[in-house]
Amino acid sequence: MFTQNKETDRLLKYSSSIAECCAQEMERDENVFVFGLDVDDHKEIQGSTRGLLKKFGKDRCFTTPLSEDGMTGVAIGAAMAGMRPIHVHIRMDFITLCVNQLVNIAAKAHYMYNGVLTVPLVIRTIVGRSWGQGAQHSQALHSMFMHVPGIKVVAPSNAYDAKGLLSAAIRDNNPVIFMEHRLLYNTEAYVPVENYVCELGKGRIMFEGNDITVVGISHMVLESMRAKKYLEQVDNSAEVIDHISLRPLDLELIKKSVEKTGKLLVVDNGWLACGATSEIITRVIEELPNGVNGKPILVKRMGFADTPCPTTRCLEDLFYPNGKTIADVAYKMLNPGDKINWDSISKESALEIDEFKGPF
Amino acid sequence: MKNYSADVIKKLHKSTLLIRKVEERIIDVYNTDVIKSPVHLSIGQESVAVAACEFLNKEDIISNTYRCHATYLAKGGDLNEMMAELYGKADGCAGGKGGSMHLIDMENGVFGASAIVGTTIPVSTGYALAFKRQAHKGQQPRLMLTMFGDGATEEGCVNESINFSSIHKLPQIFFCENNHLAIHTPIEKRWATDDICKRMESYGLKTYRVTSGDIFDILEVMKEAVVFARDPKNPPVFIECFTYRWKEHVGITEDLNEEYRDLKVHNSWKENDQLKKLASMLDEKDVNQNHQEVDELVDRAVEYAINSPFPKDEELYSYVYAK
Repeated sequence: MFTQNKETDRLLKYSSSIAECCAQEMERDENVFVFGLDVDDHKEIQGSTRGLLKKFGKDRCFTTPLSEDGMTGVAIGAAMAGMRPIHVHIRMDFITLCVNQLVNIAAKAHYMYNGVLTVPLVIRTIVGRSWGQGAQHSQALHSMFMHVPGIKVVAPSNAYDAKGLLSAAIRDNNPVIFMEHRLLYNTEAYVPVENYVCELGKGRIMFEGNDITVVGISHMVLESMRAKKYLEQVDNSAEVIDHISLRPLDLELIKKSVEKTGKLLVVDNGWLACGATSEIITRVIEELPNGVNGKPILVKRMGFADTPCPTTRCLEDLFYPNGKTIADVAYKMLNPGDKINWDSISKESALEIDEFKGPF
Repeated sequence: MKNYSADVIKKLHKSTLLIRKVEERIIDVYNTDVIKSPVHLSIGQESVAVAACEFLNKEDIISNTYRCHATYLAKGGDLNEMMAELYGKADGCAGGKGGSMHLIDMENGVFGASAIVGTTIPVSTGYALAFKRQAHKGQQPRLMLTMFGDGATEEGCVNESINFSSIHKLPQIFFCENNHLAIHTPIEKRWATDDICKRMESYGLKTYRVTSGDIFDILEVMKEAVVFARDPKNPPVFIECFTYRWKEHVGITEDLNEEYRDLKVHNSWKENDQLKKLASMLDEKDVNQNHQEVDELVDRAVEYAINSPFPKDEELYSYVYAK
């Protein structure tokens, strides 16, 4: 597994990482193709399909009619026939149209036909957020698919993982839901120029710490890292884990961390009910039935408010966890009875949120 | 009929007879509970599948529905493995994990059947897309024969697939076996207009309609359709073919007393049984030989199924994910 090297790598945006990965994979394997609504227009899915039409032509990068259900079936059939389709949805909200094919065919074919058919399919989806995009342009539905055996789900939080994991997903012989986030698109990381493959199924410790394990998912990894900085300023030490792989879960990684800290806060970019947080926490508690050091594990979770997402900015801001609210919950887990006025603590601005005005 | 030799007619009779006798054997054993899953029998519709597959190559693929016994066998699916699958055994074509509604034989070009109406149509369209891409210059592409019933045509995804197949001129035939029923609901309650070929023409497809139930009419259409659809310059083909389901929707009995059944219609189709017709065109010697050979095949398949073991417990967890 490659690691980053500041000497030789360059800073690359998340969106460009994805485009670069696709180009390298399409170069490597003529069976890989990209299709979905608008992948070949001038906006190039916010830059994530940049250059693919030009380089590979319309047989390998093409738009579809507005027929997400049918097109998902087409993707599945092409995958079964030996191709490696990447089906792109500019918004994860549209994946609801694809559920029949994904759940009833893609997830089941390998099992139901006893291994005769495989479905090497990648479904790229982008979770929207902010500037009033509202209830139907902001959903993260990963937990619905985490529920179904036969599907894999990953959510890279940075440009390095995005490129390496997309390669892994393309080469994987299973249907993989690749959950991106619009506000991560302009974030940069050191990304190797060459093609590399990260391992599906592995999470990562972003920052080590001793007092509490904070697991973030997707964009909430950034918010969790902000929370860590807040907590540092009041002498609390959070170990921040990027979960990355949601199905399969990297249970070992979290378990080891919780064995150290005895406290677990899971922050999802999604609703709580039956969400990824429920699964992660339950699995950790099952693994550590006697708690840690004779005490039960203290667990808490955060995610979207239990509502559809409103469009007006003041309510939209309340809908999502942020660095401050995450720090506050963690602080109260570590210092029960204590209160802090976080406004008096210096904060790092959430540029990717403050500056975002589209394009959507 | 003028174009078909005695040998060909004998072959057609045997294929149709095979399906009929397999279905009848399933009926015979069903009440002993050796088949512990629902069965959707093709009795009355066998000749449609036989005619549909007659001009396909082995490497062409047929996709079908949960009522898949006829199409599976007509395309050359392995009978032993089919029977073992129905019996839930490890040597079944899906290791016992699919059952009657999920038969598959990719070696003989039978795509996996699905129990959700309409779902195989988009998937088979994806295959057709791959066939088009995979055909080398100058080479004829493999053909996808996408078969489904009248009910499926109402699903949005089927219309989506047909539109897509038409835009991309895929090597595909959309074949609608219209038995005028979706379970017990007649077509008059489901279709706003009954001219589906007109609808499909509006998508740009070349259409054919066979209402006679005559196997030779279907054969003539298929002969032409296969050549047309394979040509990369042409749009896909749509065929509507009337047929009739003799038995109840699922299960082994007849339900002629039920209100949705019209006895006159039933009797007229039964009179026009293509198996009977084919037999009448052959010497008694050939008919008897076919009966004997088919009986042997069916007996052998049942024995194969009985002797095959059940899957081991661990098989519950196999093939959830591909390696």
